[in-house]
Amino acid sequence: MSLANDHTRKLLTLVTEAAIESSLVRDLDRLGAHGYTITEARGKGNRGVRNAGWDASSNIRIEVVCNDETAAAIAAHLKAQYYDNYAMIMWVSEVEVLRPEKF
Amino acid sequence: MNPIDPIILFFLLGLFAGLARAELRLPAAIYDFVSILLLLAIGLKGGIELAKQPFGDLLPQILAVLVMGFVLPLIAFPVLRYLGHFKRADAASIAAHYGSVSVGTYAVAVAYFGTREIFFEAHMPLLLVVLEVPAILVGIVLARGISNETRWGAVMHEVFLGKGIVLLLGGLLIGWIAGPEGVVSIKPLFFDLFKGILAIFLLEMGLITAAQIGSLRQYGLFLLGFGVLMPVFSAVIGAVLGWALGLSVGGTAVLATLAASASYIAVPAAMRVSVPEANPTLSLTAALGITFPFNVLVGVPLYHAMAERTHAFFGA
Repeated sequence: MSLANDHTRKLLTLVTEAAIESSLVRDLDRLGAHGYTITEARGKGNRGVRNAGWDASSNIRIEVVCNDETAAAIAAHLKAQYYDNYAMIMWVSEVEVLRPEKF
Repeated sequence: MNPIDPIILFFLLGLFAGLARAELRLPAAIYDFVSILLLLAIGLKGGIELAKQPFGDLLPQILAVLVMGFVLPLIAFPVLRYLGHFKRADAASIAAHYGSVSVGTYAVAVAYFGTREIFFEAHMPLLLVVLEVPAILVGIVLARGISNETRWGAVMHEVFLGKGIVLLLGGLLIGWIAGPEGVVSIKPLFFDLFKGILAIFLLEMGLITAAQIGSLRQYGLFLLGFGVLMPVFSAVIGAVLGWALGLSVGGTAVLATLAASASYIAVPAAMRVSVPEANPTLSLTAALGITFPFNVLVGVPLYHAMAERTHAFFGA
């Protein structure tokens, strides 16, 4: 499926510790994300197995669709604020959306 | 000699299944549900008791236990920092875990004394709540100093509105308002099934403990020694305090157990938010991989014996 050019947005995906969900959500709102989707996640990384067996070892996956500037602002803020001390990975991809005015 | 409690066998089953990498995994929702039931049941039991006696009589005990909550992490911190050579943030975080309490360990003690029909003061859940909080504050201050960087609003939210405190205090209030007669209608779920629920909880705790034991090898002997000796030392303080406050032998043993137990729910969550540079694996390995199984398997009977000796030594 190919849509018009201005329908392209960034999809920012973030896998991190469930412990910081509430402060992350505050950051996302403040930095201009119009919405986000959070799902429970589990897996393994360089901070060990995070198997979601109980609160302290559970992960979440946050997805945000937004424009380039917002994605850059969120990525820069999260990197500065959380990368040192929390298990967190983040990647950005291009997606095409049907209703650009929403994002 | 009493036969071994079946709930302890459930813990051992979980431990074995985890270590053997059996295909056993309880859904996270089950663990949540079971721990919610335990917290509410413990709160309700305490609340019913509060309805029977004037709150003012308990005030000296509450204050004394509060002081103990501030003192225990202050003792643990220098040991970890200077004998264990841990980083400041790590030492502070582990100290906070050991100053606070574990509801799971408390529940095991309740079951232990219940089975043996040993009396203990029924307002213990109130002391449990009181002991949960101070160590967290001490831990943060030890890691940070009283700095403006700490977002105290977020910390307070985490401390007082965490799952543990809300459910324990909520249960206490409901039990207190409803009173012994009012609670009869919900008794089958919360009190009659208590040991069954505890058995499932301990099965899961066995699995979680087994997962921590892997990281134990990484951190070595000091943590192992600390995880066993610190609770025994704290239990001595708890036992002497229990005697001084005029608690029964059972009550003294329960207070010793509370002092000995190390938090693995409230404190890790609070530390993750307020002292993020502390390595959570260290404190969880100690609290869950060493101290929880030690307290469940050896500690509770040991603290019972300790309480008996304390009462015999100082006189009733």
